[in-house]
Amino acid sequence: MDEIFGIPAPLLFGQLLLGLINGAFYALLSLGLAVIFGMLNVINFTHGAQFMLGAFVAWMLLNWLGIGYWGALILAPLIVGAFGIILERLMIARLYKLDHLYGLLLTFGLGLIIEGLARNEFGSSGLPYRIPAELTGAWDLGFMFMPIYRGWVVIVAIVMCLATWLVIEKTKIGSYLRAATENPALVQAFGINVPRMMTLTYGAGVALAAFAGVLAAPIYSVNPQMGSNLIIIVFAVVVIGGMGSILGSVVTGFGLGVIEGLTKVFYPEASSTVIFVVMAIVLLARPAGLFGRA
Amino acid sequence: MAAPASGSFEALAAENEALWGFTKPQLIALGLMLVGILVAPAILYPIFLMKVLCFALFACAFNLLIGYVGLLSFGHAAYFGMGGYLAGHAAKAWGLTPEASILMGGLAGMLLGWVIGWLAIRRQGIYFAMITLAMAQMVYFFCVQAPFTGGEDGIQAIPRGRLFGMIDLSADTTMYWLVAGVFVAGFLFIHRVIHSPFGQVMTAIRENEPRATSLGYRAEHYKLMAFVISAALSGVAGATKALVFGIATLTDVFWTMSGEVVLMSLVGGLGTLFGPVAGAAIIITMQNYLAEYGAWVTVIQGIIFVLCVLVFRRGVVGEIGRFLKVRL
Repeated sequence: MDEIFGIPAPLLFGQLLLGLINGAFYALLSLGLAVIFGMLNVINFTHGAQFMLGAFVAWMLLNWLGIGYWGALILAPLIVGAFGIILERLMIARLYKLDHLYGLLLTFGLGLIIEGLARNEFGSSGLPYRIPAELTGAWDLGFMFMPIYRGWVVIVAIVMCLATWLVIEKTKIGSYLRAATENPALVQAFGINVPRMMTLTYGAGVALAAFAGVLAAPIYSVNPQMGSNLIIIVFAVVVIGGMGSILGSVVTGFGLGVIEGLTKVFYPEASSTVIFVVMAIVLLARPAGLFGRA
Repeated sequence: MAAPASGSFEALAAENEALWGFTKPQLIALGLMLVGILVAPAILYPIFLMKVLCFALFACAFNLLIGYVGLLSFGHAAYFGMGGYLAGHAAKAWGLTPEASILMGGLAGMLLGWVIGWLAIRRQGIYFAMITLAMAQMVYFFCVQAPFTGGEDGIQAIPRGRLFGMIDLSADTTMYWLVAGVFVAGFLFIHRVIHSPFGQVMTAIRENEPRATSLGYRAEHYKLMAFVISAALSGVAGATKALVFGIATLTDVFWTMSGEVVLMSLVGGLGTLFGPVAGAAIIITMQNYLAEYGAWVTVIQGIIFVLCVLVFRRGVVGEIGRFLKVRL
């Protein structure tokens, strides 16, 4: 089992793993986008900046306050989520009655501000963030060495996605959320505070992005551009999957990560464009997206 | 179209129109703009003015889509940048004359717009914006790798050449008149498109697409044509800019450029005739003064975005028009 399709097995499995890791971030981010869009009808362009902010808050917690990875994994999403709630209350909430496009433009502007401030404060080159001691090293799986941290990221991302799915599909608050997505006026008439639900939904979606940012900090170097490079790909993922289904966006995220990883092995020149090509093909065959409702 | 309603509408429209589809205030504004273009090189630095005019044409082309068809494209950098690359390659490697190079740039924008527009009009609203953004990012990655773009270096030392093989354009003062000519021609063309029967259908689709469809108009065709026209003019603008600066780089195809043209149109006033021109002048002037502050330019652009969306949605020209109770 040294070669598969003429490709050395370690290379193939290594790229598959990288693909799964990228896919984990696509899944977490597109999930947050889908939840926010379902409730607020706003495409959160700031999502990439909030992902980056998660990584930076983790870095600041470590270097300024001495709080390590495990603390950051809980604190950073809370801090960035609270910041998201402030943004929603102060700005985004004013736009619900207007065309959706204004929400896109506003969050795009907010993303520019956050990214520019981060670049002023920390410069464009990346800051290092160490893998926590408990997760360093690698497992020997027989056919390849698996860095423990990378395996951890994939597993945590899957658990997080499932947890989000469970909350939305199986709990009472989730049923309120789904009902309010379908018909906010009716849900409000039943005495449920829909504006507050919208605020909390936005906060939760943003916290999810920040959580992904903390996960990403030890893998990618922590730099101001890490979010904006990712968010455009995540938009393509969202177009491919459609925003109708939670599990749909998770499956699409992981699937596209793997496709990207495989492309790196078999046709490296196309690895940066393959997701966009898939998007074009899906638009031709199923314009509503793989899991979307027309 | 002999229905009585449309007849009275045309009578009303004719009453408001002073000349060639312009209302009286618009004619005055047009006159002021033309005088400005004629006088400005005596006062201001020609390179700066040419940059403003190139971006003004770019923003006008973008505004044709958002303002009159209601389509928000977040990937217009693709046509602008690709127009620049093609014009640069044509002028440098093929030795074409400047007017032919600019046409090549327009052609590049047009073809690219045809393909991307054909895909993007399958979805509406924010999906349309996300698709155009993603496809533009794909064009960006293509430009990073393709051999003719020169990758990170871009195409450098693009010769301005001789207009029609006769007039030497290497002097900035001569080049300025070509750029001014391209801008004015593009501006008037866009105005003509908006006020043609085709433009009326475009506006109808913006206001109520199902209704326009039920009246027998094939909305997709109109949207695609508007997209192609907008992309072609963006290509022309990018091509002209490449000739002015003698360089075509990745900056012009990157998503930040798509954001900038949105910002220019928003600041000036979406759906106004003169807004994008004013917006381009404001943003380019700001960038010029703030160039030394690095990333603060991004922050300030973001702040302007937020302010425009929250409190200033009509834009500069839109607000002036409202104050004077006229359409500009």
